Amino acid sequence: MITRLLVANRAEIASRVFRTCRDLGIETVAIHSDADTDLPYVAEADHAVHLPGNSPAETYLRADLVLDAARRSGADAIHPGYGFLSENADFARAVIAAGLTWVGPAPESIESMGSKIESKKLMEAAGVPVLTNHTAESATEADLPLLVKASAGGGGRGMRIVRTLADLPGEIEKARAEAESAFGDGTVFVEAYVERGRHVEVQVVGSSVYGERDCSIQRRHQKVVEESPAPGLTTETRTALHDAARKAAEAIDYRGAGTVEFLLDPDTQRFFFLEMNTRLQVEHPVTEAVHGVDLVALQIAAAEADWTMGWPDPPSGHAIEVRLYAEDPAADYQPQSGELTTFEIPTPEGVRVDSGFVSGSVVSTHYDAMLAKVIAWAPTRTAAARKLAGVLRSARIHGLVTNRDLLVEILRDETFLAGDVSTAFLAGGGETPIASLAPRPSAGSPGVPVAAALALAEQARLARTVQQRLPVAWRNVPSQPQVTLFQGPEGPEGPEDPISVAWWGGRDGYVVDGHTVIAASATAVTLESDGVRTTYDVTTSGADGGVVDVDHPGGHQRLSVVPRFVDPADAVASGSLLAPMPGTVVRVAVEAGQQVAAGDVVLVLEAMKMQHTVTAPTAGTVTEINVHTGAQVAAGEVLAVVDAPEGAPA
Amino acid sequence: MTTTPVSHRDAMLEKIDALEAEHAKAVAGGGERSVARHHKRGKLMPRERIELLVDEGSAFLELSPLAAWGSDFTVGASVVTGIGVVEGVECMITANDPSVKGGASNPWTTKKIFRASQIAEENGLPTISLVESGGADLPTQKEIFIPGGKLFRDITRASARKEPTVALVFGNSTAGGAYVPGMSDYTVMVKEQAKVFLGGPPLVKMATGEESDDESLGGAEMHARTSGLADYLAEDERDAIRIGRRIIARLNWRKARPDADVPTYAEPAGDADDLLDLIPSDLKEPFDPRDVIALLCDGVSETNGAAFDEFKPLYGTSLVTGWARLHGRPIGIIANAQGVLFSEEAQKATQFVQLANQSDTPLLFLHNTTGYMVGKEYEQGGIIKHGAMMINAISNSTVPHLTVILGASYGAGNYGMNGRAFDPRFLFTWPSAKSAVMGPAQLAGVLEIVAEQSATSKGETFDAEGFKAVKEVVEAQIEEQSMPYFLSGMMYDDGVIDPRDTRTVLGICLSVIDNKTFAGTDRFGVFRM
Repeated sequence: MITRLLVANRAEIASRVFRTCRDLGIETVAIHSDADTDLPYVAEADHAVHLPGNSPAETYLRADLVLDAARRSGADAIHPGYGFLSENADFARAVIAAGLTWVGPAPESIESMGSKIESKKLMEAAGVPVLTNHTAESATEADLPLLVKASAGGGGRGMRIVRTLADLPGEIEKARAEAESAFGDGTVFVEAYVERGRHVEVQVVGSSVYGERDCSIQRRHQKVVEESPAPGLTTETRTALHDAARKAAEAIDYRGAGTVEFLLDPDTQRFFFLEMNTRLQVEHPVTEAVHGVDLVALQIAAAEADWTMGWPDPPSGHAIEVRLYAEDPAADYQPQSGELTTFEIPTPEGVRVDSGFVSGSVVSTHYDAMLAKVIAWAPTRTAAARKLAGVLRSARIHGLVTNRDLLVEILRDETFLAGDVSTAFLAGGGETPIASLAPRPSAGSPGVPVAAALALAEQARLARTVQQRLPVAWRNVPSQPQVTLFQGPEGPEGPEDPISVAWWGGRDGYVVDGHTVIAASATAVTLESDGVRTTYDVTTSGADGGVVDVDHPGGHQRLSVVPRFVDPADAVASGSLLAPMPGTVVRVAVEAGQQVAAGDVVLVLEAMKMQHTVTAPTAGTVTEINVHTGAQVAAGEVLAVVDAPEGAPA
Repeated sequence: MTTTPVSHRDAMLEKIDALEAEHAKAVAGGGERSVARHHKRGKLMPRERIELLVDEGSAFLELSPLAAWGSDFTVGASVVTGIGVVEGVECMITANDPSVKGGASNPWTTKKIFRASQIAEENGLPTISLVESGGADLPTQKEIFIPGGKLFRDITRASARKEPTVALVFGNSTAGGAYVPGMSDYTVMVKEQAKVFLGGPPLVKMATGEESDDESLGGAEMHARTSGLADYLAEDERDAIRIGRRIIARLNWRKARPDADVPTYAEPAGDADDLLDLIPSDLKEPFDPRDVIALLCDGVSETNGAAFDEFKPLYGTSLVTGWARLHGRPIGIIANAQGVLFSEEAQKATQFVQLANQSDTPLLFLHNTTGYMVGKEYEQGGIIKHGAMMINAISNSTVPHLTVILGASYGAGNYGMNGRAFDPRFLFTWPSAKSAVMGPAQLAGVLEIVAEQSATSKGETFDAEGFKAVKEVVEAQIEEQSMPYFLSGMMYDDGVIDPRDTRTVLGICLSVIDNKTFAGTDRFGVFRM
């Protein structure tokens, strides 16, 4: 019996496993890298072992260190989570060899499913439909349409779609010739062509089937929205999928939780085996929600004993999961890192949040940028989608750009709600082009800057050291409103005009044109406009409190205060080297375009018979030299600019 | 609760509307075109400069906004003065209004600045001058030139008292005006705007024949780099204000009694709005000052067991005296209840002033008085002696005094209740106030009697019917001269305020007073018993 379990993983999945351990009365051990020291999962575990370093290769992928951590912490079992070492058969063997319980399938199962070619062969033999490599001779009418692709190709090059059997030999020839000339390798494959594929996977525990999940909505080949049951399957297809998954699991005498992934063609209801994941999937909560099971508990039960097969209850209702990422969908989903100043996701009934972060957590650049999985269950798919969208909408997420707005748009998209999903959904291949899914600008909320301005005024009031309790901005002779300026939104031509909020204070409280101020505090402002009352939650952050996050029922908007005053000395381009005093340039040591290291001499000034050396403040490229030898310069003049590479500390 | 006729409120609101209209004249400065021309040159108006200078969302108590009302000069006297909070420091701020005749100083301007420096001195405040003035209004130079020297004397004496002076020069500051930056502890000049010299190019040419230009004689760059008169060179107006704020931030300013030592407090139980109902439009009708006090002073809280502890409530009942707190700070209050002051009231006030001095408690005077009682009985009872005792007490009292004229303030009652001549730290007036040697009707009546007596003594018959017209003219004139704008224009107060703002105004005053130590006295003049 397991008494102390180490999770060889981090963040949300570690927390997820710990939760079940607590339910079962099992002690927990976390491992963590340097960067993860302050994440909540570390504090949540009964014991924690530090793995020095940050990169996965130094930490979470180091089987030896993980085993050593287990030994030192007295753990008697290891759960690998997903990713990292979870599908590493050698690690599984090492765990077992160390006398520990491996919460996962047999190393052999991992191995046999680890190779795409081997697993495909295995599955084909077991009668599971796979993407067969046809030849001109073997293909039949039933296999159409077919895709001819170059083995060495990629990105669509050398790919041909064949819809008539008679065309096949000719197209193969052409593809071969093209591949030969393009890649120097004439090898081509002929496979079933799926026009608008869906990713449907079946959850198994042992060889018991726990329904299927649809994970079609993906970006850059990573799942974003997952749900169970898969929408729009015929009973025949569903049964066939489940049977195929069962055969796959039986073929390798599978133990524990696993997932059999298929490519499904919704038009023809054909499906093909892709791969089997011999671990817990990220999206397992949707299965748990509709089947009322705890898959981690089942994994532990399977690992502890010769587990007798159970059968799940039939699915009830519908569950949808979204992956909330710190990424910028508008910038090709570029991952974001930094402090998550506020991170609060409401959890009404039927909503589950699996997250590794809390307000104030720092999202590092070393690992996946997934902040949380948010799962909603409801009796129907539409209700689940609506509930989930609402929860995301009202979540408080500040500090990092996330895909939240995109997720809400997906969940409220008519095509999605009709169940018409495919892996091309976000790439524009489906009915809904990505452009229409772009988050709507929040410009339609004129109350946002007003609320931000008033909350800032309240904060200033609280920060006062004299005349603390006087009405804000009181004047016995009023002459003009107070004005709070926020930076304009980033437009195609750079930042747009600042947003200006004019407000009056005084005896009767705040007065703003077009709004009635019902209540204002440093954190919440209630405004009434056109008879409609709305409350805005305001959070400030940044060194000078100049970053303002406003959450309201219509969404979230981040504003930056335009400071009242800017020291002209600070207003020059960063990296500018200013003349410390008036003088004459006696030597220019660098050229424009030259790379310099921090401390390198850029130029030498002479003033008051003394030479002053101007050095590079950071490593970077000299982008500007504004002076020449012999030039007279004034104090504060920009002499040169050294541009530090992006991401370098300023 | 007595039912209040609606007319009190309506009458007061009408007066407040009129007040706002008068304030708007001061705000308009030199008028739309002048302001627009100024703005076009990238320059800010004085109140815009002040709005930027003071801490965001802090209060600004403008002083003497109606100065020069009723005179030939623009209301406000081409300068804005007031108390604002800069970097957490309560400062006296003065700002020339260049939209009014280039910010030239007329006799009212200097008077207003003198009053500001008096307040700064009495309360120990740093001063920030936002300078842009074309100098003296030459047609009235005879009234300005000689007394005007006090302006410069005051700046340097403030410096000597360790009340720092900061000059932010936005434009012209020439001739005599050059001594404002010249005398100040810190001087900031705005690039390409500030012009500070004793004599401009024409004068220099006349005096010495030298050819010169503005920049070489008094430009900001020159003063920053060559003469050293400018301590800081500002890029623009905003930058000058930024630098000014940084200067104040570095003054290491500490109030004599820090705000942290002031206990927490509760707001009054009632709504300040109810003040509008209290003052009868006909000042002959008395009102209970306790109702006013209840709406001005702190409510009951853990730190304040009672809102108002009345002293000697059964004696001299025409005057209310007692202790309260305002914004957490203790005050003693002396308020007229029935208008007339009798011997008992005068003696009660005298004792109360002594008690306030004994306990170092500031005093608040609330005027609604028609003066000391006259008549045989009262004269024989020693009303002069007793009135003199009261005036003696308030004249020699050394705790800070605040005065608000709520209603009537006539005759020696104005003196005994600490009128302008007795230099209260601050004196504000409600729009309902009236002040004169006596009421217009009484004054006209007195004139009639005197005229009649004079006629009789000369053996002439008095033309009562004919004197009626004279009486009417006199009555109207006195009525006009008793009005708050007139008196405020004469700078006999520090401003006319909306009654609903009284608590805020007094709260600011009490906070400002805490910048400097004070102690009550035990040395009064000889009390005639």
